[in-house]
Amino acid sequence: MTPTPAPGRRTPLARLRGPATFLALLAAALLLLPHLLEPFRLNLLTQYLCYSIVALGIALAWGRGGMLTLGHGVYFGLGAYAMAIHLTLAATAADPLTRGRLPQFMAWSGRTELPWFWQALTHPAAAVTAALLLPAALATLLGWSVFRQRVRGAYFALLNQALAAAFVILLIGQQHLTGGSNGLTDFPVFAGHSLYTPTAQTTLYTLTVLTLAATYLLLRHLTHSRYGRLLIAIRDGEDRVRYLGYDPTWAKTLAYALSATAAGAAGALFVPVMGIISPTLIGVVPSIMMVLAVAIGGRDSLAGAAAGALIMNTAQTTFSETFTGGWTYLQGALFVVVIALAPHGLAGLAHTARAALRRPRTPAPAQETATAGSTP
Amino acid sequence: MDALVNQLPTGLAIGAVLLLAALGLNFTFGQMGVINMAHGEFIMVGAYTAYVLHAWAGLDPTWSLIAALPLAFTLTGTLGWLLELGLIRHFYGRPLDTLLLTFGIGMILQQAARDTFGAPNVDVPAPGWLTDGTTLPGGIRLHHSRLFILALALVCVLAIAHYLHRTHQGRQMRAVIHNRDLAGVSGINTRKVDATTFFIGSGLAGVAGVALTLIGPTGPTLGANYIVDAFLVVVIGGLGRLRGTVLAAFALGILNATAQAWTDASLAKLLVFAAIIAFLQARPQGLFTVKTRALT
Repeated sequence: MTPTPAPGRRTPLARLRGPATFLALLAAALLLLPHLLEPFRLNLLTQYLCYSIVALGIALAWGRGGMLTLGHGVYFGLGAYAMAIHLTLAATAADPLTRGRLPQFMAWSGRTELPWFWQALTHPAAAVTAALLLPAALATLLGWSVFRQRVRGAYFALLNQALAAAFVILLIGQQHLTGGSNGLTDFPVFAGHSLYTPTAQTTLYTLTVLTLAATYLLLRHLTHSRYGRLLIAIRDGEDRVRYLGYDPTWAKTLAYALSATAAGAAGALFVPVMGIISPTLIGVVPSIMMVLAVAIGGRDSLAGAAAGALIMNTAQTTFSETFTGGWTYLQGALFVVVIALAPHGLAGLAHTARAALRRPRTPAPAQETATAGSTP
Repeated sequence: MDALVNQLPTGLAIGAVLLLAALGLNFTFGQMGVINMAHGEFIMVGAYTAYVLHAWAGLDPTWSLIAALPLAFTLTGTLGWLLELGLIRHFYGRPLDTLLLTFGIGMILQQAARDTFGAPNVDVPAPGWLTDGTTLPGGIRLHHSRLFILALALVCVLAIAHYLHRTHQGRQMRAVIHNRDLAGVSGINTRKVDATTFFIGSGLAGVAGVALTLIGPTGPTLGANYIVDAFLVVVIGGLGRLRGTVLAAFALGILNATAQAWTDASLAKLLVFAAIIAFLQARPQGLFTVKTRALT
């Protein structure tokens, strides 16, 4: 057993520590960093924080619910493409030379009118709604239909991966609708505001930080509720939970859909920041990288998962700038090392270290956190 | 109906390729519950074995094909054996962790291939007697290379069936799959059986890789292109069932070919995925299953 006392018996000061850290981090992120970082670095940081939002969702589905989702790129991509389509339309309408015409790539591939789902995304509010609801709807449909039939574990992971593969092939194949393998790019305006000004970039950054914080608070609340306990119980013994009279199907579907929605929101934020979305950003391999980030940070810890995405993406930029091939080796090795030696990631290591510091005499403190356990 | 008949040879050819790629998985995933994501990279290693024999050792296409099959089997089998020995055996019962672990190994192998052979695809010329084709009455064209792959897949299936059901080691393997503890107390060395299973499963990936050089270019991501579909074959076929894998491979191949004939290739993939989800509604455990009363 871990030496952590039960939450009810913690001193008032200790109980304040979590929220205080959270608020301090939030304030530093919102008030300090935009002034400290140059615009290029701030832009990169915003991209990484988008991946942190995805990581939070994966930590809920995988860490708590035991659903290894190898296809979160699909949900990220749905959000991203909904936003990108809107931004492409806005760009076409904003330029007096192209106003009233089709986006260039469509005209080149011989289309004469706007497809219906492009028309539906003309309004900014429609784009934001679609970016949140489309991933949720697809995840609910897929989740409900497979969880209902008790398809789980490895099967579920492989189905997810197949979905990611099919989605990317569809995006590339339907070039006249999606821009093909080039994707969509060049987004100067959103809702009448230019996206190329420093103010716009800072606003996007603030928006991303706030979304990340809100997602964290929501998921933290969920995982600390009865529902969170039910999810862990399902992860550790789904059939036993069934015998106790619960229906795991809806609980799992909800967690999966929420995690897809988070990915969709992240995708929608990512597009105006990055300035491009293409199939290479959301395929099978990027989807697995999103999971790797969570594995590195710690699948049991929401904060750890978010930090993992930040750290991995920073490392990726730093290393791949200097040696491209070397980074791939390092990434592969990271998978092996993290899974083999630190299955609870950085958060698990931090927990072990804290426990060891608190009770230096205790022989070999247990690795498990209160919620940890081997994921089946 | 006409469309179906026309697509049948293409479907059988796709099915044979899927079957070869999935046969090894039938051992490692189907029988041992290990999701070896590096299996795709083993396929790639097999393909490059054929390339090395032709381009570096200078064998003529026929001989390099004949020599590559056993060589690739041994090479990738050894790789798989080492992987099992060094890593996977510590992770039995944690399929999701082995999945991520072996994906990391796959990344390393892929990058190693990129560094050794370069990122662009290379070509392994097929022997002259395989580049031709026969036209059947009715205008259906049969490529000899595809017929060869079909034959190779069937030979592999028969060899595996013989091994599993007619040899001492095969029976031991089946015993371990059905009840590891009981097999252990009956005097079977289960560790040795695990290692053998992994050797054969990975070796079959090498054979699949050699076969793939006959129908397309060879590149570092060759295996990654096939691995997703190969895993689907095992999911549909049911764990640990040879006949399920065979049936599922050809069903998926024909479905792919038919869907591609109806719409375009990009939409076909999504249709096939939807069909698989629909199929799992009826048979969530796949076509054939090993009955178990285990509480999970």
